[in-house]
Amino acid sequence: MKLSFTVDGDEFLLAGEASSQVKKVLKQLGVSSAIIRKIAIAMYEAEINMVLHANGGSIDVDITPEKIYILFQDEGPGIKDIELAMQEGYSTASDEIRELGFGAGMGLPNMKRYSDDLKISSELGKGTKVEITVYLNREGD
Amino acid sequence: MKLEEVKRILDAEVLVGEDRLDREVILACGSDLMSDVLAFVKEKVLLLTGLTNPQVIRTAEMMDIKAIVFVRGKRPDKETLELAELKKMVVLTTKHPLYISSGLLYSNGLTGKDPK
Repeated sequence: MKLSFTVDGDEFLLAGEASSQVKKVLKQLGVSSAIIRKIAIAMYEAEINMVLHANGGSIDVDITPEKIYILFQDEGPGIKDIELAMQEGYSTASDEIRELGFGAGMGLPNMKRYSDDLKISSELGKGTKVEITVYLNREGD
Repeated sequence: MKLEEVKRILDAEVLVGEDRLDREVILACGSDLMSDVLAFVKEKVLLLTGLTNPQVIRTAEMMDIKAIVFVRGKRPDKETLELAELKKMVVLTTKHPLYISSGLLYSNGLTGKDPK
């Protein structure tokens, strides 16, 4: 099953709507709640990042019986040092973002924590591509 | 601990989900940083926060958190409460600040420790 979403960078209220919809679909498909939660959190962090840092973008979701693959693409400012951004506590977020309860430097670490495979590629001034894979038949965590 | 009891201990007002106070919470998490909340995955969690924007509800939704207490007398706006109703959550507001609220719940048995 394939799903696609366009994320609006100006609508803070709607941020998380794509993650919410994917969560609903996975529930209907009978995926266990522990795995759904992993996917929902990883996806939500990526979606929020897209809204807060990149003025929106696109999300493509591919669900097969074995795994869920989510591709996030934006045309935002890009990530200068991905390794640094992966460290807990590192953040480039503005005070506005922090006031909203984000920008604690946990976004990428949380994505890594809850996904089975995380790939990030980014070019300064061009945008960022994030790929999250979660296997549906692996329990635990 | 039932939400009915949380309401009594915190002398809280119910903003959403009056008919859902028979739900049980076994752990609590107090934070204004949503990403910190997202790093804390457990079952049947009560979220205490002073942050009132709609992403608090989204964060709770992703984590299957069904009950939120807004501290220090804070009230989220109408849109945020509508989102909480849509997600069938329970939303409370208490005049106590976060530290006192946490202390009251802790000393009444909601220790936040995983019983497993």
